[in-house]
Amino acid sequence: MTGGGPAADARLALHLLALAPVQLGGACLRGGGPLRDMLVEEFRALLDPDTPWRRLPPHIDDERLLGGIDVAASLAAGKAVRQTGLLVEAAGGIMAIPMAERAGEALAGRIAQSLDGNHRGPAVILFDDGASEDERPPASLLERVALHCDLTTAKTCEMPRSMPREAIAPEHVGPVDDEGLSALAGTAEALGVDSVRALLFAMAAARTHAAACGRRTVEADDLAAAARLVLGPRATQMPPQPEQAPPADKEAPDNDAREQASDQVEHTLEDIVLDAATSSIPADLLERLASGLMQSRARGGGGGRRTRSRLRGKPLGARPGLPRGGARLALVDTLRAAVPWQPIRRSDPAFADRSTIVVRKEDVRVRRFEERAAAVTIFCVDASGSAAMARLAEAKGAVERLLAQAYVKRTEVALIAFRGAGAEILLPPTRSLTRARRALAALPGGGGTPLASGISNACLLAEAEQAKGRTPFLVFLTDGSANVSRDGTGGRTRAREDADAAAKAIAAAGHSAILIDISPRPRPDAEQLAVSMRARYLPLPLADSGAIERAVLDAQSRIAA
Amino acid sequence: MARFPFSAIVGQDEMKTALLIAAVEPAIGGVMVFGDRGTGKSTAARALAALLPPITVVEGCRFGCEPDQRGTCPDPCTSGRKAKQAVPFVDLPLGATEDRVIGALDLERALRAGEKSFEPGLLARAHRGFLYVDEINLLEDHLVDLLLDVAASGENLVEREGLSVRHRARFVLIGSGNPEEGELRPQLLDRFGLSVEVRTPESIPDRVEIMRRCSAQERDPEGFAGQWDAAEQKVLRQIARGQKKLPDMDVPDDVLHDAAELCAAVRADGLRGELTLMRAARALAALKGAKAVRREHLLEVAPMALRHRLRRDVLDETGSTARIERAMEELFE
Repeated sequence: MTGGGPAADARLALHLLALAPVQLGGACLRGGGPLRDMLVEEFRALLDPDTPWRRLPPHIDDERLLGGIDVAASLAAGKAVRQTGLLVEAAGGIMAIPMAERAGEALAGRIAQSLDGNHRGPAVILFDDGASEDERPPASLLERVALHCDLTTAKTCEMPRSMPREAIAPEHVGPVDDEGLSALAGTAEALGVDSVRALLFAMAAARTHAAACGRRTVEADDLAAAARLVLGPRATQMPPQPEQAPPADKEAPDNDAREQASDQVEHTLEDIVLDAATSSIPADLLERLASGLMQSRARGGGGGRRTRSRLRGKPLGARPGLPRGGARLALVDTLRAAVPWQPIRRSDPAFADRSTIVVRKEDVRVRRFEERAAAVTIFCVDASGSAAMARLAEAKGAVERLLAQAYVKRTEVALIAFRGAGAEILLPPTRSLTRARRALAALPGGGGTPLASGISNACLLAEAEQAKGRTPFLVFLTDGSANVSRDGTGGRTRAREDADAAAKAIAAAGHSAILIDISPRPRPDAEQLAVSMRARYLPLPLADSGAIERAVLDAQSRIAA
Repeated sequence: MARFPFSAIVGQDEMKTALLIAAVEPAIGGVMVFGDRGTGKSTAARALAALLPPITVVEGCRFGCEPDQRGTCPDPCTSGRKAKQAVPFVDLPLGATEDRVIGALDLERALRAGEKSFEPGLLARAHRGFLYVDEINLLEDHLVDLLLDVAASGENLVEREGLSVRHRARFVLIGSGNPEEGELRPQLLDRFGLSVEVRTPESIPDRVEIMRRCSAQERDPEGFAGQWDAAEQKVLRQIARGQKKLPDMDVPDDVLHDAAELCAAVRADGLRGELTLMRAARALAALKGAKAVRREHLLEVAPMALRHRLRRDVLDETGSTARIERAMEELFE
């Protein structure tokens, strides 16, 4: 059985990680279920039995992670008792991070720091159970682990035979020669992998692979394996294809690659490495490239954006009160409140013999969080032929102006456009002016008016945002004359009925909305639509982008008030 | 582990210049670095911190007091002995709480002795060194505010939990961020002295060279450091010369005039642009060993001193850097 396939790759990746945990930083294993557990068990067996292995609970606090005062023990002992942090305990070993896709930025930042630091922190294994494209471990962590394995499509039967056992220590492997370095650099460039860290990881992986095969020099298949495990999964673009090399079968992870490599004398080293990397490019890359999502993931926007939501609220400090009704005890603040009174309280004969701290009910503090509901303004722009091109330009201008406002106020903006047969989200909720500008530049005009699709999509997005604890605000820019129904077919009557139904769904969901009629001669269509969605109706026949901006800001402030 | 030598960093010239300027002239008020992950932002900052000669402190002082400032910190420090320590480089974690940053009531002493005392935070640790904040655009606004405030005033003032403490906190603030992931509010951005844009080197030979140097450094850190020692010493001498020359560095009137004209031409908001431009030009001239500031110094620092202060015209696709360069060409060519 030859190698290849996600399971075999993951197995190889973990094998390399066991040999060089510090150099490779760690691995990310996406999906995989029981197969993944099996691979991880096997990985643990490879490690020295004394190697520390720690599992990171998702809601770990700073004291436990970094070390600090153990408050409970301190209280009991009447003196400060320190506890070691999990990162220190796991130093020189492995830290397993389950549900890494849900790890917050703060946690990710601390772990990233320990990975970056002076190489004393543990290597990490990220267990990524994300289901959708957006659900990924924080980009700062993904960036810092060399090996990315996607097991979502893996099958157990793909497992290759056991790994070679004649491994030598990676430091006995000589450096990668210049040709090899160029091949890696060229491959990274072809795949749009910008990060230098990825290149350095690829270099380390190649040497470790050579070590795993018991070789002292790095050969072509070491580089190929490194490219496949490190560079391919990070690809942000498909490599340019001058001559399409024969697919697949040169991606053997182990000894078989040697024979195969010899068949390819006519290929340059870089071709071999690039081919290997190409085999591990995420399957949905093309799809994501097309939808424009790639840019954000490549630059880590996806992870950042999700965790930036203020679901848990910003801690507001503590206030006096007892921990009941869901309020959590703020232990440290309670102690702080008690400390200044200790000399007085000890002078009370009832407590004179107590050596521990005397806490009274009035010292008790509970935690408070501010649930700041961030606002998301969702623009739903009619880009059809009936909304003339000039209007579209004004709408774009208004969106950009509002976005400039939004990022000052830290609100987010999303953009949905509808034209032709359907609607699409051109700009997922973002605060980034750079991304927005790109999305707007790509907004074409013309075609039919699938108003119903536009409204439904906006409603769905609004609901998704609300589920994340944010407050959506919908802005429709349309002339209200629908002529494409929900299923993409023509016909004015059906189209209008569909649009009206979609509008009522918005009213039912209770989303705040404003409908700006951008037709040169306002007609009752749009006003009727606004009534259906219980939105404010604003005919702005002569509006420029500035007027639209003012209207929206005004409407928003009324809602806030 | 030995740090990567500052002079062995491939490319990144603008960032290196900005860091050197900040090292010579701390009043510049921080450097904001824009760039993707894995472009060597923190490597460069760490390398500079490691390069600088050790500082002399009062032994055991938690606030890094200089020997002639003995007893002026909140502790106060009393040791009569001096100690050498490396220039501090503090990496501020993203989720840091205000307590950890500015310092808080010392819980240990409070528990043990019922005593109210101040436990210094990261700001105290960064005194006389560098404070590096990765992804500063994701940091809570109030923390960014606080950092910029302390960086500008050189003093950390704590008034909370019944504590009333002030201590020196002079450090070079280095923030990094990726504009794709959300921007820093313009009010905050404006308060950074310099901003640089870092990109990955695009040429293959450069990238190969990076890998080659990193691998050489990993295999033999000492040997690698030895190879670069001469270059490192040169940078050190350059900084020392800059620091010595800076107080007497003169800015001729015509250069001041140029600065004002340039700021007006690119419509940089506020006066901070002009001031920073002038300070940065002075520092650069001092670094280069010039007798007085010349127009070429001004032009070299103009992009980094101004690019983050331009009013953003959302409909204008032209980047800030291009706008500054265009203005410089129109005015001075």
